Amino acid sequence: MPDQLLFGMEVVLNGLMAGVLYALVALGFVLIYKASGIFNYAQGVMALFAAMTLVGIMEGNVPFSHLINAVFGTQVHHFGWQVPGIAAVALTMIVMVALAWVVNQLIFRHLVNQAPIILFMATIGLAYFLEGFGDVMWGSDIKKLDVGLPQGLNTVIDDLTYGLFGYGFFIDNLDIVATVVAALLVGSLVVFAQYSKQGRAMRAVADDHQAALSVGVSLNFIWVMVWSLAGFVALVAGIMWGTKSGVQFSLSLIALKALPVLMLGGFTSIPGAIVGGLIIGVGEKLFEFSVGTMVGGATENWFAYVLALIFLVFRPQGLFGEKIIERV
Amino acid sequence: MLDASPTDETLLDVNNIEVIYNHVILVLKGVSLKVPKGGITALLGGNGAGKTTTLKAISNLLKSERGEVTKGTITYRGERVQDLLPSDLVKKGVVQVMEGRHCFEHLTVEENLLTGAYTRTASRGEIDADLNKVYDYFPRLKERRKSQAGYTSGGEQQMVAIGRALMSRPETILLDEPSMGLAPQLVEQIFNIVKSLNEAEGYTFLLAEQNTNVALRFAHYGYILESGRVVMDGLAADLRENPDVKEFYLGMSDEGRKSFRDVRSYRRRKRWLA
Repeated sequence: MPDQLLFGMEVVLNGLMAGVLYALVALGFVLIYKASGIFNYAQGVMALFAAMTLVGIMEGNVPFSHLINAVFGTQVHHFGWQVPGIAAVALTMIVMVALAWVVNQLIFRHLVNQAPIILFMATIGLAYFLEGFGDVMWGSDIKKLDVGLPQGLNTVIDDLTYGLFGYGFFIDNLDIVATVVAALLVGSLVVFAQYSKQGRAMRAVADDHQAALSVGVSLNFIWVMVWSLAGFVALVAGIMWGTKSGVQFSLSLIALKALPVLMLGGFTSIPGAIVGGLIIGVGEKLFEFSVGTMVGGATENWFAYVLALIFLVFRPQGLFGEKIIERV
Repeated sequence: MLDASPTDETLLDVNNIEVIYNHVILVLKGVSLKVPKGGITALLGGNGAGKTTTLKAISNLLKSERGEVTKGTITYRGERVQDLLPSDLVKKGVVQVMEGRHCFEHLTVEENLLTGAYTRTASRGEIDADLNKVYDYFPRLKERRKSQAGYTSGGEQQMVAIGRALMSRPETILLDEPSMGLAPQLVEQIFNIVKSLNEAEGYTFLLAEQNTNVALRFAHYGYILESGRVVMDGLAADLRENPDVKEFYLGMSDEGRKSFRDVRSYRRRKRWLA
């Protein structure tokens, strides 16, 4: 097999893996958008916040230590214990649910029936608040996250492909884990939204707040549930990205990568988020590999957006989005 | 079959309520009405008279529109209900079918109906039985059970909205403007179903309607609202014969067109309920 083709296959595989990570972030957007019509600008920051909290808990750091030390003149930084990965993930999830509850109580409960732009503005405010809040709580330094996920070259695939083609594929173990986790996550979310009572109520709320209220659906409950789910997805995305590239401010910018994924897959479709993520992941890697070399590289920065623009023009609801129902 | 006529037992008692939107707009200026168990009570009046607001005040949907009941009381079975959440009220057996149908567009017809049973903890079998009952009343919905509600016709959507309310196993249904945007034949059909639900299943209805003619033919008792006040009430049969109602709401008059002076005299003759 020609080298070029083999290398192309490896690029596709790596693209798929990267796409899964984009999709994980996009999924959080879809959940909240589906249930409340809110485009949650804060989703990326939520992933950052979740990852920061996870690191903080694992390392036994005292939250708000800078603040506490400044006010009381103390010198506390660590509790002096380490929390194992799984327990820390569970604790972080509790924090994310609490965050969901607070966000709903303080902000979105009061914005029922408001225009989407107002809700969007509220999430922008939330994003910047949460970013600052995370820094105050855990410090703004770059943190290393390791919850014990396998990392590095997968030797099995390397050996196998080397044996087959005489060329070993470089696939990161972490990417494989991310793929499996994302697949499980999406599968269970789809089943939940389509077939469970709360999932159905979630979609009902998305269609019509007032009508959902009128049949006795509690908006508060559904919203806290959805923000918690989004918090969970953010946590998963935060773990994957944080493990890959460290927990730092730029983690919140992955949200920007999720935007074209959403435009492609459709804002309202859970499978769409995945397919959109995969197309963009593979597309940008292949494009960089084939065309990028001719135009001087760095196509990964804009390729996804151009693809998304094309979709917006020809298929505004995305690949799998709900058709915009308009009766005349 | 249950007795079609309303009983003496008052289920819902609205006593002199005042509703203000956004803290400044006074919409209801003292509305009182009673809904007897097993009856169809009609709330009549033109656009902006306060019919929808009255229903929403009862079902507690006002809060999400920044409205609030500032005076008066609303009781259901003698119990004060105006501070409850809409979901609590649904559990108590009061459910509203909103004006303009308000289906969940992207859910299928069947999913819409199932959402109606949200507050119930019944078994799947029980809920399926109720679903079939709704399909018996609205056979059209059974044919369209898998269609997205957003793509069904106006009449079908009204049926979905009523069927969805039935799925909560209510005692009282607040039905807001079921005739809106429907062809006369369909209006007749919907009202006939309401009537048979009332007679055969014993559901109590409070019905807000602009179409005075149809409403008074099907209702037992009627209240007429005008700019936030009840200006007249009586048995539906009596209201139908009332010369003022005939002229102003049914568009009939023995004496031909009245002059403006007579209109004013009608206004003076109105009975104001405090």
